[in-house]
Amino acid sequence: MAPALCVVCKTERALIKRPKNHQKLCKGCFIQIFEDEVHHTIISSSLFYPGERVAIGASGGKDSTVLASVLKTLNERHKYGLDLVLLSIDEGIKGYRDDSLETVKRNAAQYDMPLKIVGYDELYGWTMDQVVETIGKKGNCTYCGVFRRQALDRGSKMLGIKHVVTGHNADDVAETVLMNLLRGDLARLSRATSIVTGSNASDVKRSKPLKYAYEKEIVLYAHHKKLDYFSTECIYSPEAFRGSARTLIKSLERVRPSAILDVVRSGEDMARLVPGQTKDTCACKANATPALVATEEDNGGGCGSANGRSMGGEMAAMEKQLRENEKVAEGKLETEITILKPAKKGNQPKPDKEPKASSNTVPIMKQKLGSCERCGYMSSQKLCQACMLLEGLNKNRPEIQI
Amino acid sequence: MAAETEAASPEVANLPIVVEFSGGLEMLFSDQRRHALSIPVTTSEGKPATVASLIDYLCRNTMKDTRKELFVLDDHLRPGILVLINDADWELEGEEAYEIQSGDNILFVSTLHGG
Repeated sequence: MAPALCVVCKTERALIKRPKNHQKLCKGCFIQIFEDEVHHTIISSSLFYPGERVAIGASGGKDSTVLASVLKTLNERHKYGLDLVLLSIDEGIKGYRDDSLETVKRNAAQYDMPLKIVGYDELYGWTMDQVVETIGKKGNCTYCGVFRRQALDRGSKMLGIKHVVTGHNADDVAETVLMNLLRGDLARLSRATSIVTGSNASDVKRSKPLKYAYEKEIVLYAHHKKLDYFSTECIYSPEAFRGSARTLIKSLERVRPSAILDVVRSGEDMARLVPGQTKDTCACKANATPALVATEEDNGGGCGSANGRSMGGEMAAMEKQLRENEKVAEGKLETEITILKPAKKGNQPKPDKEPKASSNTVPIMKQKLGSCERCGYMSSQKLCQACMLLEGLNKNRPEIQI
Repeated sequence: MAAETEAASPEVANLPIVVEFSGGLEMLFSDQRRHALSIPVTTSEGKPATVASLIDYLCRNTMKDTRKELFVLDDHLRPGILVLINDADWELEGEEAYEIQSGDNILFVSTLHGG
């Protein structure tokens, strides 16, 4: 069979078949188009402003490695004027994170970016290895997720940075959309699908510039650009529910490759239709809606195994507890909160175009932002989530160690 | 090599190929990325060796790990694993039906693993 030629340059042999439109591309044209599309995503959602300092949540895995490489390329090519820094979290998992951190250290040298590593041990006095030793494997993802979210925030604060980008891709977003659908949790769709998210417990914003990039293309980009990345699965992650959603997404992709972006778009559309936290159409449901409360642990970032939510009663109890605490925060669509923030500040240039996400802005109601009375971290309750979890852990510690 | 002595008979000729595993699949194949293999030119049914028969061959002969389901699901390659035949997406080459040629480089990359 004669090799197919690239449909763009019509000279080189096609090596890639794009999942979203079946286009056959050669290596050079594929790399160019992949980068152009990420650039388009960045520009059309006004993700950055000139001179902005941005931390790249870097795990050493394919997604964050590709993100760092593409952002470096685009920053130079299109003169974004960004100051890029790699920010890595060391959960303290031997045989997993220590290896991938070596990859991040090489990436820092390869991309000529400063690297900051923040460890759970220095932040919380516990490594994940110790947490698992204490509570067992069940439910440990909840701890890891809550700790990581704060760790990324605190890491960026240490660096004086207010924007963290993560390597979440279209497959991750589609997976999360499906999980939220399967849990009947439409309120979380907004967080899952928005390109920019924030948190009412933090003034650090998060964004996912690769949210429209197929995992397949990310892997191919890394392969053809010969990027140095590390692949492993967290040794503690059961991933039962997310794993099933992932298998479903990948199986759908085999039969209908466009399905992944279609699910992402459906998620975005549905998120827009969710009445949010304003007066619900159905009065009978207006009060008892724990599902409407966007809890923080959802956006763990980084490992893509944010929480094995379906696991065991212990985990469910913990999540319920966290959710109860979050109720106080009135559960707004947190996206809008942070998107509005930059506009208020005089020292930041306004984006030329309104970010898309603000089109579904809901009025911001009372936001009780205080600080955790134990660690001083921003929190809407007396204790922040991390301190709550730590309290439980510290109580257990002596018993376990005897 | 044992393969070469057998190759004396034309019926059991072998194809020298290189098979590589990455993206986390190495762990199923003795933590080794690159495997230089010599596979039979024809399958037991006398048909030319294809990617499908190679996958079967790898499961029977090369994989030491017992978790075959991480590589094969329902008799097909597990969705989420990419195949590059001489650096080209196997979707451009006929996928499982591609007939393997001497000297081919076949790379299996998992997209399923996180960071």
